[in-house]
Amino acid sequence: MKKRIVLRALLGALGTVMLSAPSFAATYDLTVDYVEIDTGTMKTRGIGYNGSSPGPTLRFKEGEEVVINVTNNLEEATSIHWHGLILPYQMDGVPGISFPGIEPGETFTYRIPVSQSGTYWFHSHSGFQEPDGAYGSIIIEPQKREPFKFDREYVVVLKDKHPHSGERILRNLKMMPDYYNRNQRSLGDFIMDVRKNGLGATLSERADWGAMRMMPTDIEDVQGFVGLINGMSPDQNWTGLFHPEERVRLRFINASAMTYFDVRIPGLEMTVVQADGNNVQPVKVDEFRIAVAETYDVIVQPKDDKAYAIMAESMGRSGYGFGTLAPHEGMRAEMPELRKEAPLLTMADMGMNHRDMGHGDMGSGETGKGDMAGMDHGAAPSGNSAMGNAAMDHGSAGSMPGMDHSGMAGMDHSNMAGMDHSAMAMGNRADPFYAAGSGLTPKAANGGKFLSYADLKAQKPLYADRPATREIELRLTGNMERYSWSINGVKYEDAEPIRLKYGERVRFKFVNETMMSHPMHLHGMWSILDTGQGKWNPVKHTININPGTTVYSETEVDEPGQWAFHCHLSYHMATGMFRKVVVEGGPAVATLKNGN
Amino acid sequence: MKRHDLMMKGGFVAMVMAVVPGTGQAAEGRTYYGFQAEQFEYRLGDENEKRLVWDADAFWGTDELKLRWQGEGERDLDADINEGLENRLVLQTPISDFFDAKAGVRLDTPTGTDRWYGTVGIMGLAPQWIEVDADLFVSETGDGSARLDLEYEGLITNRVILTPSIELNAAFSEDREIEVGTGISSAEIGLRLSYDLIDRSVAPYIGVSYERKFGDTADFAKEDGEDFEATYIVTGLRLMF
Repeated sequence: MKKRIVLRALLGALGTVMLSAPSFAATYDLTVDYVEIDTGTMKTRGIGYNGSSPGPTLRFKEGEEVVINVTNNLEEATSIHWHGLILPYQMDGVPGISFPGIEPGETFTYRIPVSQSGTYWFHSHSGFQEPDGAYGSIIIEPQKREPFKFDREYVVVLKDKHPHSGERILRNLKMMPDYYNRNQRSLGDFIMDVRKNGLGATLSERADWGAMRMMPTDIEDVQGFVGLINGMSPDQNWTGLFHPEERVRLRFINASAMTYFDVRIPGLEMTVVQADGNNVQPVKVDEFRIAVAETYDVIVQPKDDKAYAIMAESMGRSGYGFGTLAPHEGMRAEMPELRKEAPLLTMADMGMNHRDMGHGDMGSGETGKGDMAGMDHGAAPSGNSAMGNAAMDHGSAGSMPGMDHSGMAGMDHSNMAGMDHSAMAMGNRADPFYAAGSGLTPKAANGGKFLSYADLKAQKPLYADRPATREIELRLTGNMERYSWSINGVKYEDAEPIRLKYGERVRFKFVNETMMSHPMHLHGMWSILDTGQGKWNPVKHTININPGTTVYSETEVDEPGQWAFHCHLSYHMATGMFRKVVVEGGPAVATLKNGN
Repeated sequence: MKRHDLMMKGGFVAMVMAVVPGTGQAAEGRTYYGFQAEQFEYRLGDENEKRLVWDADAFWGTDELKLRWQGEGERDLDADINEGLENRLVLQTPISDFFDAKAGVRLDTPTGTDRWYGTVGIMGLAPQWIEVDADLFVSETGDGSARLDLEYEGLITNRVILTPSIELNAAFSEDREIEVGTGISSAEIGLRLSYDLIDRSVAPYIGVSYERKFGDTADFAKEDGEDFEATYIVTGLRLMF
């Protein structure tokens, strides 16, 4: 046991050396292998790269062309998707959309002209190989100097490692959607609620949820995981070394199958400098929530000669990842107290319309919210040039908790248009990207600043600002009881592709009609998240949409070919919350052949 | 002859299922399967009767179409006979957010008279988390009957679960050969306290079960010198794989 720890420390040190002395070789060889994943408390067979899970950190350089030979040593087909990378679609690694996949024993050569920089990751897009361990990180060095300084850096990859295989998890969810929910309200909660709220109120509240056949505890579908940081469980304590006063860049990647994490480093303020690989104007926060598939780069400056905890509690508080930033080897930070009380969804997360709401077709759009969305359009006719719809919509709702929606229709719209936008900046007010009164709205453990999407402003706009040519509405839909997920009520296998025209700028309107958060990931092209900052809207590859909210993003359709567009929660994606996007027109796409 | 008949029907169902797309690329519908035994238990009656009872089902198929087997049985361990032994094979498809319709065949082969039935029914989740399985049957002799199964899982804790259940049987006409009279024929009320030992796969339980026959059905039992009601202490395993 001791030996293993020493070995891990050595490997960790070796990794650090490799990070600080990178080689810019443009050719990489990756093998896809069955591996053993040992978290200290459980050993499972999983899938990894070059013999380990997580796979290596690939270090590219902006402007170079990288060649990656991927050899499949599995007994099943595989694939690698380069998450967030802008590349020819045949290199995107989605079987059935980009290419046929990589058969057992076959080697596929990816050729990627690297045209961006930042923190990204890669993972299998076949079956449940990614939940089973097939993921790794990517660092792309920029050509130009970065607008922030740091003395050392670490990749911090978060993962919800589950003892069950992905196939088994989905089968169990299909048999019983609450198979893994061990956070359900029980008799004890009932008695406590009766004491607190009285019998009548408690019964009526239970009856409301029972009528919908939904659970307020339904925040994490798949509990029972161990949170890993760079492949290491809390017991195994991944450690990043620093010298006091050094500025340490932490490249957080959430490579989880299903789990959002709330990340904090007690005693350190984190300066968020990058989101999804793109620089943002620095924001100082005490804690941030990282949706599945997102990345955030933060800079911390530990001043004291002591160990600091990297704490990543899951959004539903059913698990956590833990690691240490330490001035010396062999230190373990003191574990911060876990926030044991799990959040509960509220009727706000259900779209407020709780009486006549069906599972599949409950509509926030039909209630007062719909009116508000309509109103926002009127107030911001030029789309993203004025106040963002999402921010205004929810921001105004946020400032009026418990408001009567029916009264909103009568609101004076001209006042809304004249609203002082600067006042919308996030202070202590509720996060506009959560439904007003949502049970999911995060709070920092120390009562300080919790990052919101509304805080994200691009460091430098990637695209010229212009109005979108058209809007495409994507209602995020599903049926928890059947554990089937869809877009606009249609599962992937029954859906027509979304057709975009090369050169247009489309505006996606995501309306979350489910009670779960969905991280929507468009492959191949950027998603400009409308936070109401106009040309400073942040540019992302994964957009989280919380229950009961409407969020907008815009995409400059600048890559030909066909792409995947899906919820990045593994079991939502697998059951149908997925679309193929076809970009019509544009420059002819050269036929790229494997190996040439 | 009957065996042959069963094979034919089985073959037909298999053919229907063969057109269902298999597991594979994301663009195809996935197939799933599962097995569950709500009851698999030993019963000890108030007059020291010993019974082995099961109520299980298994499915295979897609979101749109499933093949489901439902089997129930009661073995009298004192007399070494099968008091009840029924197997159903149904095709099942969603008709609403929470309910599926199903149709198929049922074959009862207890010790004594066998019966074939055609069956249609619904199963799903009613408001307030009540699991419902409601079926209509028409037997080979032309007799109609109905069954309603209701179950609720009450969480004492997240692993200790109290499950009340009720099963009601009604017949629309008399079938003397299998000792069923017209009207509400029998009911079974159960209360089981289980503990999720291994995930949701294995949950041992203890409980009570009360069975009663009504009307003519009760009279038939009495005529045969059988009990028309019985109370059991039960102990068993709830299984899910």
